[in-house]
Parts: sequence; C-alpha cells; structure tokens
Amino acid sequence: MDNYNPANLLLLLVILFNFFLLGSSRLGACIRTVAIQGSILSLLPLFLHGFSGHSLFLAGGAFLLKGLAIPFLLLRAIRQVHIKREMEPLIGYVPTLLLGTLATAGAFIFSDRLPLIEAHRGSLFIPVGLATLATGFLMLITRRKAITQALGYLIFENGIFIFGMLLAEAMPLMVEAGVLLDLLVAVFVMGIVMHQINREFSSMNTGKLSSLRE
Amino acid sequence: MNLLFNAFLLFGLGALLAIIPWRGGKAATLFGSGSAILGCLLGLLAAGQGLAAGAAETFFLPLSIPGGAFSLRLDGLSAFFLLPLFVVGLAGALYGGEYMKGGEKSRWSGLHWTWYNLLILSMALVVTAANGMLFLFAWECMSLTSFFLVITEHNLAEAVEAGWTYLLATHLGAAFLFAFFLSASALSGSLEFASFRMLGQLSIPAASGLFLLLLVGFGSKAGVFPFHVWLPDAHPAAPSHVSALMSGVMVKTAIYGLLRLFSFLPAAPPPWWGGLLMAIGIIGALFGIAMAALQRDVKRSLAYSTVENIGIILLALGFWMQCRATGHYLAAALALAGALIHLLNHSLFKSLLFMGAGSLMHGSGSRDLNRMGGLMRRMPVTGVLIVCGGLAISALPPFNGLIGEWFIYRALLESGTVLSGLAGFFPLVLIGLLALVGGMVLIVMTRIIGIALAGEPRSPAAAGAHEAGWPMWSGMAALALLCLAGGLMPVLLLQVAGRAATLLDPAAATLLAGNAMSPWWLGIMALLLFGCILAAYGFLRWRQGRGIVASSRTWGCGFAFPSSRMSYSAESYTELPQSAMFCNCLSPSTEDGRTIGFFPEAKRFSFEAPDPVLERLFKPFFRRAARVCSGFRGLQAGQLHVYLLYIFSATILLLFWVGQR
Repeated sequence: MDNYNPANLLLLLVILFNFFLLGSSRLGACIRTVAIQGSILSLLPLFLHGFSGHSLFLAGGAFLLKGLAIPFLLLRAIRQVHIKREMEPLIGYVPTLLLGTLATAGAFIFSDRLPLIEAHRGSLFIPVGLATLATGFLMLITRRKAITQALGYLIFENGIFIFGMLLAEAMPLMVEAGVLLDLLVAVFVMGIVMHQINREFSSMNTGKLSSLRE
Repeated sequence: MNLLFNAFLLFGLGALLAIIPWRGGKAATLFGSGSAILGCLLGLLAAGQGLAAGAAETFFLPLSIPGGAFSLRLDGLSAFFLLPLFVVGLAGALYGGEYMKGGEKSRWSGLHWTWYNLLILSMALVVTAANGMLFLFAWECMSLTSFFLVITEHNLAEAVEAGWTYLLATHLGAAFLFAFFLSASALSGSLEFASFRMLGQLSIPAASGLFLLLLVGFGSKAGVFPFHVWLPDAHPAAPSHVSALMSGVMVKTAIYGLLRLFSFLPAAPPPWWGGLLMAIGIIGALFGIAMAALQRDVKRSLAYSTVENIGIILLALGFWMQCRATGHYLAAALALAGALIHLLNHSLFKSLLFMGAGSLMHGSGSRDLNRMGGLMRRMPVTGVLIVCGGLAISALPPFNGLIGEWFIYRALLESGTVLSGLAGFFPLVLIGLLALVGGMVLIVMTRIIGIALAGEPRSPAAAGAHEAGWPMWSGMAALALLCLAGGLMPVLLLQVAGRAATLLDPAAATLLAGNAMSPWWLGIMALLLFGCILAAYGFLRWRQGRGIVASSRTWGCGFAFPSSRMSYSAESYTELPQSAMFCNCLSPSTEDGRTIGFFPEAKRFSFEAPDPVLERLFKPFFRRAARVCSGFRGLQAGQLHVYLLYIFSATILLLFWVGQR
C-alpha cells in the first residue's frame, strides 16, 4: 500500500473531523464540519477510480448533497428555531471523545481480522469507514437535540459512503443515486419532525418523545 | 376431485358475495347460506365418490412458496372426514339463516356468512391437504375463521374473552404442529405427505418425540383433557350453528390430523403410546362428563360433553394402537371401528344438540337452564328433536350413538376375555369406567331435558317462548333423521368406517369387511326394543285414560299455590353425583344457603363450577409468566437513544462474532 496516497491523507482528515464532531457543542460548527467531511469524501471516488463518468457523477452528486444542500437546509433549520448549542448531552463530551477513541482503535484492530480480498488488505478505507459509523452511532445515542440526531445520521451515511467507495466499481449507478436520494429525503423528514417536536413540546429534545410510549 | 373444486369455488364465492352488503340483511343471508348449502351438496357428492372409489385421487400444483405446493389427496380417510363436515355444514347453513335474524346479532350476519363459508372451505382443505405447508395454512385459516365466528357477537365482553382464550390455546397448539412439520420435513427432506413415509424408518425415541408433538398440537384443538380449557368458553359464545360446526366437525379435524400423520410413523409403535392415549382418554371422559353435570349453561354443558366424547374416541384409538402393538388384531379392528363410528356419530348428534340448545335460547332468550322449563309444550318440534339427540348421545336405541359404543365395549370385552391376568384386568376396569361415563351422560341429558323441556316455565321469557321457524328445525330434523338411520342400519356405518380404516390398518379393514362381526341385527333389535317401550307406554296411557285423573302442576307437591321456584333446579338435580361421586378437585364453589335456626330467614345460595384445570393450572401459570415477562418491559424505555444503543451494541456484538470466526 502506498502510504503517500492522497486518499489516505483525506481519510485521516475524516477521522480528525470525527473527533471534532464528538467533542464540540456548537451546532453551527458541527454542521459545517459535517459539510467539510462530506466534501472531502466526495473527492475520494476521483482519487480511487480516476476521472470516469461514473466517478465524476458520484463525486458531483455527493458534493452537491453532502457538501452544499443538506448543510444549507440544516443551517437554515437552526436559524429558524434559534438554537446554537447542544445542551446537556446524555453522556458528556469528554467521555464521548474517549468512547470515540476506543471505537476508532477497535475499528482498526477489527478490520485486520476481516477476511478481505488482497487488494483491500491494509487499506485505510475499512477502518475509517467503521470508525465513522461508530462515531455516527455515538452521536445518535448521546445527543438529545433532533438536529444533532440528524447530524448523527449524516455521519453514519458518510461511513457507509466510505465503505461504498471500495465497491464503487461493482455498484450500479442507480444504487448510489438511490442512497443519496434517501439521505436527502431523510433530512427533509428530520426537518419536518424537528418542526413538529418544536411546536408540540416547545423544545427540540427528542427525549420528550418518550411521552408517546404506550 | 372436480366436484370438490367446484364446491371450494362456491364457498369462496359465497364468502365474497356475503361481505358485499356488509351489514347483513336478506341478500347476505341468501348468498352466504345459499352458497354454503350448494357447496356442501357438491362436497357431499365428492365425498361419496371418494368413499365409493377404492383408489385415492391426487392433485398437484407447484407453488412458489418454499416447501409448499397445492397438493391435494382425496382417499378413504379424507372422504370419511369430509362426510360429517358437509352434512353439518349444510344443516348449519339452513339453521343459521333463521338464527342470525333479529336482535343485535343480525347486524353482523353478512360478515358472519363470510367466515362461515371460509371455515367450511378451510376445514375441507385441512382434511384433503397432502402437503405440510398447505395443511398448516389451512389449519391456521380454520383457527382464525373460527375465532372470528366465536366473537361474532363482539358486543358481549364474555364472547370476546372466550375468543381470546381460544385464539391463545389454538396458537400454542399450532406451535407444536409447526415443530412437528419442521422436524418431519428435516427428517424426510420434503413437506409433501408422500415423502413422510420415510418417517416409518425412524428410531423409536425419535418417533416418540414426534408423536408427543402431534398429541399436544392436535390435542389442544380437539379438546383433549388438559388442553380442553378453551372449549367450554368458546362453544357457548359462538352462534349455535357455529358451535355445532366447531364441536361436531372442527375438533374432529384434529383427530383426522392425528390419525393421518400417525399413519406415517413406524407401524410397530411401543405399547405406551396407546397406553398414554387411553389414559388421557378415560380421564378426559370422566372429567368432561362430571363437569357437564355441573353447568347450568346448556351450551357449556354440551361443550363439556364434547370433551367427554373426544375422551371416548381417544380411548378407543389408544386401545386400537395397543392391541395392534401386542398382536390382538380382532380387538384392534373392533376398537378402530368403534372410534371411527363414534366420531361420525358424535358429529351428528352433538351438532343436533347444539342447534337444539340454540333454538331453546332463541325461544326463551337465555342459555341458563334455570330460566327455561316447560319448553316442550311451547316448542314441540324442537323438544322432540332434542330428545332424539339426547337418546343418541346417551347411546340408547334406536339411535346411532349405541353403535359406536357397542364396538368399543366389544373390543374391550374381547381382549378382556382373551387375555389373562393383569393384562386382561385393565380392559375390564375400562369397561366399568366407560359404563360409569355412560350413566353420567344419562344424568346430564335427563337434566337438560327435564329442567329445560319438562315442568313449568321458570321465567316469564320461557313462558312466552315461541317455536323456531322451519329453516331452523329442518336443519335439525335432517341431522336427527341421519342419527336414526345410523342406528337402524349399523352395517352402513361400518362400511363407511371400513373405508377409512383401510388406510390406517389394512388388517383391521379386512377383518371388519368379513361378515363375522357385522352388527346388522343391532338395528332390528333396537327397533324391537323401542317398539316394545312405545307399546308399553301406549298401553299405560290407555289404562290411565280410563281411570280418574286429577291433573296438577308439575312439582306442585300438594301445595295450594305451587310456584316454579319450588321445583328442582339444575343444580339440585346433580347434587347426588356431586356430593357422592366427585372428588374434591371437581366440586363447585357454593355459597351455602342452609338455614339452621328455628325461624326462616332470608338466605342466598350461589353456585359456580369453573373449570378446575383452567383455574388451578393454566391461569396461575400464565399469571406467573406475565409477571416474569413484565420485567422485560423496562427494555422498552421510550427513548430513541436507548433503542439506538441496542442497535449499536447488537451490531458490535455481531461484528465481533464475525471477527471471531
């Protein structure tokens, strides 16, 4: 494996952004970070598969959605409901960071044990993908606000995107397009849910949803 | 086979057409009952052809369901079970058209006809299916449609509760059947019944496991003793013709399943299989009839009597298995014939009695025996038909109930006299116990007839009772005529049973086909006996007519102003067996109304006979299970984060599990 591969540099950046997301309480910064993370990821198909029509479409689509459209929607949403910070997460920022570190380390250890094909052995794609998935999960579990939940899903999707890169050759265009479209719809739904929670409970706290339990 | 398919088509069509008017009304009744009647007539022709033809007819249509295929087989055994299904279905459709009219229940008559047609269709599929998947599918359809029929009157809390009990019991039983079919298909490689023949080479312990699965799975549907708990609740709650169909036919489909799948197991079963069946059979018979004597609800009493009759059938089947295993082929043949004939008979007279009870309800407005009385004079046709059913179920000539029991008694006597020592003692003990059951049946039936039909009306509603319309009693009359025909022509019953026996036990079928044990004289003797009784009655009546007769009210006891409250009540009639014969565990809970002081005072007396198995075994068990399970309610936190944590931890665990391999 060529350690000077620019793709690896980008992947290491993705991990750094993961840590920033886990440790930061400012929502605006988080959304922008996710946007930057998404734009970085949108470069990956070009580095990995060269300038083909398929990879150009992937890169362009991912950049438009992950880098521009979704962050724009989310930023507008927090402007509308006037919140800037995630207050009182279920697990504090420092413990979350520690958990994130553990998860990242675990992802690297685990990916060594996976029965991979020769071409992918030792590549950073698998551990970074797993680590990003775990970060998304941690974000979903530890944060209360609906907006941070949406961010968690976005990070989660980024992890899946990294995995998908390895399969981009095999994956039909339609599937990719479908995944990206799903994501956009999910953000729209989340926006509607946020609006509704805000209106019903005068708060964006998803914990309030537990009053809907049977 | 074509006839059968046309019948299926008619049932399906009827189910569709009856639901269109939704709220019921004339159109729904016309379509629903009309298609059920036509379908049953076609089905009867098909069943008759199936019985007459020696060879089995098969039909195969592959389906895309894994392991499933639309594979049917119409042979002697299937045709034998189709016969009562279509007879009772026909009588019920005639009866139901009138029964569902009027009152609150007419609101759901359209929907009810849909379920009724589908129930007959699914039962016909159950007894003709030759593929495990199709069988289970039809079985589940049968359970669900009958559940919906039980809760037809879902405005009554009692009916809904009975429905839930039934649904729970039937699904727990179905779980055992799923286990059976899964392991049978794993062992034989396919879900087709044809490949189940390979199960015949199983070792005895493995086959015994399968046998126990069958027994529990089908037992819960058939109302076999410890699993009968749903039956006394569900039968009274359902409309009467549905109770007739359920009690007369549906519980028999479970016996069909047991017999059909048992025929694939090794031909030389260990003797304890038969012994087990006999034990639960005789316990169930004694328990059922004892409980039947304690119920003041007519239909509940009849439902317990079904438990008793299923017990008798199981006893005979167990005796057949045991005799075959030990090489007493004559006794085995007699027991098998007895079981099959009794099964056929029971479906006829029990349906007749349930419909009769329904007519009494319809006329007097209550199911409570203590609110009936004097109905013989007000509903003479129904009354006479109920007496016919009562004679049949008590195994009295000239009706059909006698024939089946006669074979069972003969089987027991046969082996009791051939065997020596302890082995010969058991059949003789069983004869005694069976006779005890027979005596109790007589008590139960005289109680129903005596309290409900004879005497004076015990409520204003009973005093104003009206006779049922002709569709109702014509359905019952058809069943009563069939009961009489069976009693007068026992050879016919034996021939029909012989067709079914060919598949189960060819040796027994050849023995039965021989003329040696043909009971042709039984019908003639029965007729003579009955003629003598009638003649004696006529003679007494004639002599009485010439003397001086003073008529007074029944149970007037010489009082100046007798009231019906002085007469025997349903409870007091059974006080003798209850206080002298029953063990403690059966005794009902009474709030005593004895007066002790010198002067009369106000007293209350109440009497309740809940099912001891349900109260002491199942309810505590399920309550405890619910308590244990409610501990897991904490897992449902209602917090999105916690659910995500579950998913996350499950994913991590799975990843580790994959990594370990």
